[in-house]
Amino acid sequence: MSIHRKNVLGAVFLAILGLLPLFLNSYWVDVLNSIGIYAILGLSLNLIVGHSGLFNLGHAAFYAVGAYTAAILNTHFHIPVLWLLPLCALTAGLFALVIARPIIHLRGDYLCIVTIGIGEIVRIALINNIFGITGGANGIFGISRPSILGLTLRTPTHFFYLILVFTLLTIFLFHLLEYSRFGRALNFLREDAVAAEGSGINTAHYKLAAFVLGAAWAGMVGNIYAAKMTIISPESFTFWESVLMFAIVILGGSGSIFGVLLGAALIVGLPELFREFASARMLVFGAAMVAMMIFRTQGILPPRPRSYDLFETVEGERKA
Amino acid sequence: MEQFFQQLTNGLAVGSIYALIALGYTMVYGVLKLINFAHSDLFTLGAYLGLTLLTSMSLTDRLGPVWGVLILAVMVMGFVALAGALLDRVAYRPLRESPRLSAVVSALGASIFLQNTVMLIYGARLLVYPSNILPKTVLHLFGLDIPLVRILVLCVSLIMMTGLYLFIQKTRIGTAIRAAAIDQGAARLMGIDVNRVILLVFMLGPSLGGAAGLMVGLYYGQVNFTMGWGYGLKAFTAAILGGIGNIPGAMVGGILLGVIEAMGAAYLSFAWKDAIAFLVLILILIVRPTGLLGERVAEKV
Amino acid sequence: MSLLSIQRLTKNFGGLTAVNNVSFDVEQGSVVGLIGPNGAGKTTVFNLITGIYQPDQGAISFEQASLLRLPTHRIVSLGIARTFQTIRLFQNMSVLENVLAGCHCRMKSGILSSMFHFPRQQREERAAIDRALKALDFVGLRDQAENLSKNLSYGNQRLLEIARALGTEPRLLVLDEPAGGMNENETAQLVSLIERIRGMGITVLLIEHDMSLVMRVCEQIVVLEYGSKIAEGSPEEIQRNERVIAAYLGTEDG
Repeated sequence: MSIHRKNVLGAVFLAILGLLPLFLNSYWVDVLNSIGIYAILGLSLNLIVGHSGLFNLGHAAFYAVGAYTAAILNTHFHIPVLWLLPLCALTAGLFALVIARPIIHLRGDYLCIVTIGIGEIVRIALINNIFGITGGANGIFGISRPSILGLTLRTPTHFFYLILVFTLLTIFLFHLLEYSRFGRALNFLREDAVAAEGSGINTAHYKLAAFVLGAAWAGMVGNIYAAKMTIISPESFTFWESVLMFAIVILGGSGSIFGVLLGAALIVGLPELFREFASARMLVFGAAMVAMMIFRTQGILPPRPRSYDLFETVEGERKA
Repeated sequence: MEQFFQQLTNGLAVGSIYALIALGYTMVYGVLKLINFAHSDLFTLGAYLGLTLLTSMSLTDRLGPVWGVLILAVMVMGFVALAGALLDRVAYRPLRESPRLSAVVSALGASIFLQNTVMLIYGARLLVYPSNILPKTVLHLFGLDIPLVRILVLCVSLIMMTGLYLFIQKTRIGTAIRAAAIDQGAARLMGIDVNRVILLVFMLGPSLGGAAGLMVGLYYGQVNFTMGWGYGLKAFTAAILGGIGNIPGAMVGGILLGVIEAMGAAYLSFAWKDAIAFLVLILILIVRPTGLLGERVAEKV
Repeated sequence: MSLLSIQRLTKNFGGLTAVNNVSFDVEQGSVVGLIGPNGAGKTTVFNLITGIYQPDQGAISFEQASLLRLPTHRIVSLGIARTFQTIRLFQNMSVLENVLAGCHCRMKSGILSSMFHFPRQQREERAAIDRALKALDFVGLRDQAENLSKNLSYGNQRLLEIARALGTEPRLLVLDEPAGGMNENETAQLVSLIERIRGMGITVLLIEHDMSLVMRVCEQIVVLEYGSKIAEGSPEEIQRNERVIAAYLGTEDG
């Protein structure tokens, strides 16, 4: 009964969301697009921070690797941007694999500091036009507009639907992931890495896998961002971007898909609603992070325990 | 060769500032096993408070540069120490029994909060210190032209660090701090009020950090609200380099990092100057996480 | 044929020799007790067997294959499961999921099938849940499956640790003070549980301070003192052994 009602509510919400661009001007559609992009970034970071308990404050670096992969290959070889999605996932994931491998065993707060350092090194490398391909401080412009089935995506509304589809796909896949051997393994290592290893879980492998998967996803978001902006520069990938993603996860509810979505909506959306206080938004986030740790460590919408089908049925019955 | 010695003295001066800030990180870490992310913003606060007090009270005009700066430094250190104590009370003390990572998030939040407080009060643009306070004298030593300020910065830092070291090593309170760093539970059983020790650490460290902020303001002549971030990360790197939790280690690490950075900027690439410290940080954590003289930081399984 | 063989095992921590030249064998299908006063090095031996520490000298072999330098999770998948003296459950996860942690090493789904729920993955998941429920049934926690493990009573948390270990389908079960903190009633149930585990053909090696439990369930006992083995034998032999009596006099309420 209640599952049925939830489905109906979800469908109604989705229908309203899908129709929103018809009633909003392009500025507000763009705000929704930002929320969507940060929601996916938040979900990708959630795999690392929320599910696995690995403090990553350099997530913008992976986002940047994806965006620059798309921009460089598109402007040099004229490969359609969206075709590059898998490649962006691959470069960001490989980059994460290479840099995370030697540092993954570090204790929580040290991992945090090192990821900050990596984020900074990447940003400085981009500014210094590393390998002569990143365009220095000005970045890369002239990324061609993506097209899907002959329709060239130009307006915020076009991108709204692209981002919406990608967000829904992410939610769906990450939800399935939570209900799997892989998803549980990440939680075990967050709860107690020693006990997880002692229960037969290759903790080093899963720490690394969480990092790589989260980074690969952020790389794909980088691709979409590059396609949407047609111009990217190092300014879009500063430490504050990483902090924003981190705050979305922590304040929204680490380990919870709905929490992260809510976090993105609040953290990206609220400052737009209260424009006059926009300059104070980081101040509010900072205070909120302190308060949240003291009064409600799990975030606004913490994850609910998974529920399993406890009746040993013969095939067939499954979760919707 | 001349460039080498110029860079060496420059690196020593900057490094001594890193060392002063690093002491705050290392002391808090020693007692609480917490990276106090907000320490860098207390440093920024010191720089801005120095500017405010300097211009509003015109201390140097009334008392002359030496006494003026000295009184100024005492006031800045006092204020920043209070801010440090407040920080501990509000953001860290309620989390003493919580998981370590909660405290890390709180520290990060406190850092963001403080940095943006400074921005909202003073504005986002950089502010300029009065330029007529420190002597412009350039000394001719061994065929080198070395600004007197550079030597002053180094000497003042060394004096403060030595003072702290003696305080920690020779006094009863210092012994209590060292005891609490080794084993809080045992220290408590021995009748040491650990919360007071922590409070003290949160006043000592930030007061040195605030002094460092004032020195940076006077030395470079300008301040901006994000300055703490770069200095903070570098000072933290210095603390790790020397071995976190270890007071002489922070001093050695700071000065070493300053020199490495100055040399790297001169001989490798100036554009990559800021990345050097981060590379050092990552390499040291991979290769020798204990630092030059310190405790283990890799996860114990 | 011995299942687990420990030879001349030595482990130093700084200047302290926690385990000194210890050798013993665990026969297939037996229940072996490892006893000794506090600080005798019992848990260190367990940590050496399960790969949490590496020995400075000596050899450990399981079914004739050396365990040295293998990571802990590999040793678990070879068939040695353990419980912890200080209970280490996944506190904020359900009782069922704690057992599923044990099932992990007998499952295969990788990252892609986990994300796309391929039919194979679904069958495997169903089988794992059923297996976990059976393990819970076995220790008597079936009706607690959906509770968070931190909400269990102390005794039940110990049972859950055993269920999690059973989830790994072990050949050897290593129990570190399984009766610690249990009342008499719970201890009696534990004794019967250990008997049933043995009935399944699983070999048991346990550390325990409750001497009546040890004497009841173990057929062979190894006694450590200050890191060295001082005696080994049947419960009757151990109870008569002069050195053991001397080691325990006044220190244990056996």
